[in-house]
Amino acid sequence: MQLAFYITSAIAVIATVMVITNHNLIHALLYLVVSFLAVAVVFYLLGAPFVAALEVIIYAGAIVVLIIFVIMMLNLKEEAVAQERQWLSRGIITGPALLSLVLLAELIYIIVGAQVAPSDAQIVDSKAVGMSLYGPYVIGVELSGILLMAGIVGAYHLGRQKKKIVHRFLEEEAS
Amino acid sequence: MDEATINHLLIVGGVLGGLLIVAPGLIWLERRLLALWQDRYGPNRAGPFGVLIVLADTIKLFFKEDWIPPFADKVVFVMAPAIVMITVFFSFVIIPFAPGIIVTDLNIGILFFLAMSSMGAYSIILGGWASNNKYSLLGAMRGAAQMISYEVFMGLALMGTVLLANSFSLVDIIEAQRGMWFVIPQFVGFVIFFIAGIAETHRLPFDIPEAESELVAGFHSEYSGMKFGMFFVGEYLGITLISSLTVCLFFGGWLGPDFLPPLVWFVLKTFAFIALFILLRASLPRPRYDQLMEFGWKILLPLTLINLMITAGVVLMREG
Repeated sequence: MQLAFYITSAIAVIATVMVITNHNLIHALLYLVVSFLAVAVVFYLLGAPFVAALEVIIYAGAIVVLIIFVIMMLNLKEEAVAQERQWLSRGIITGPALLSLVLLAELIYIIVGAQVAPSDAQIVDSKAVGMSLYGPYVIGVELSGILLMAGIVGAYHLGRQKKKIVHRFLEEEAS
Repeated sequence: MDEATINHLLIVGGVLGGLLIVAPGLIWLERRLLALWQDRYGPNRAGPFGVLIVLADTIKLFFKEDWIPPFADKVVFVMAPAIVMITVFFSFVIIPFAPGIIVTDLNIGILFFLAMSSMGAYSIILGGWASNNKYSLLGAMRGAAQMISYEVFMGLALMGTVLLANSFSLVDIIEAQRGMWFVIPQFVGFVIFFIAGIAETHRLPFDIPEAESELVAGFHSEYSGMKFGMFFVGEYLGITLISSLTVCLFFGGWLGPDFLPPLVWFVLKTFAFIALFILLRASLPRPRYDQLMEFGWKILLPLTLINLMITAGVVLMREG
């Protein structure tokens, strides 16, 4: 179990690094899918099967598909790869990489020192998730509901279709 | 190895082998049934009733030139047909064929199926994109939009049965149908799930990603040989999957009168739905793309939400 956890976490980290460093957008997104799947497995191993399933359905299944959809619409090819390569020059990466290295060192120090409380591997099933969502966290659910509602109204407004006029003689009647 | 492990391996091998026989068998069945409904013979030369046509087709597919277009994105192009097979095979992990004959009874059973079906969308999207061909790309974009939209209603339509059975596990759902099949209280859910299932497997009448008359062959225009064969077999496995899930969720799975063993009941019911899939192909015309999306978002989504609310209300009333 412990070994499986470390392997999946390593896959998640490597895949995420590949997302950032890959020049081809679609390939980068495929690594992103792998990273989400690895995170889902980590959730499962930590005893949260419901969250793991939702991670795959929502993030890997729906959100990345939508991003790929947009990228396919833009139809980016070689010029995009060249541009990415230009943007990802060594000078730009150095700063964030150094800062992340400090974080990584801290993380390793904490793990090695075992300063964190050991996880009491309690299985969180779907019922427990629902109870806490509609119990103590109901305000968060409602707020995100309002946010989604605003998004839906906005999408409806943008995507509203004008009444189709099938013949020029009907134009005057319609207007 | 102890007996339980061997038993488990036998079940896994049986499911895998059974599916690999069923999928090509369905190709023959579909051609014969279509021919029957269109008043002609269909394949009837090779072997008894033309069964061996499948073997001939498979050999032909294997010996065809395996052509990867030079303008394609090679890695993604090769990967795409494998994804559809992998996700469909994974989905069968949670299907209980009879009491005890199940690969693993996950407590998030249905969610696992939904997750796998949403991963299946990648095979179409990536296949169409990697082909680097405008018809494939159009097919892939249609497929992406169609599969994401219909996944929403599919998931929501299933939640009615989950509420009634109080569990995500398919075994529990089937056991909860001892008194009454869920198709009666959840008729709306059944209809919507079946429609969404057709759209998910992109079968006629919803085969808009590969509409031959407008897009050559849609997302798999550039595929040949066994890579095309994998898309093809994946589609038939998808039909089997949706049919067996419909049986599990709404028609009592293996439950049935005692004169036949449970496994036979399950297989019979599943084949009835597979035949329905084929009949739909034989009888319905293909809608336009925007009609499909409008039908989904303007009719199916409100219907599923109303169905879910009423079911939840009734369950609450009965408990409270």
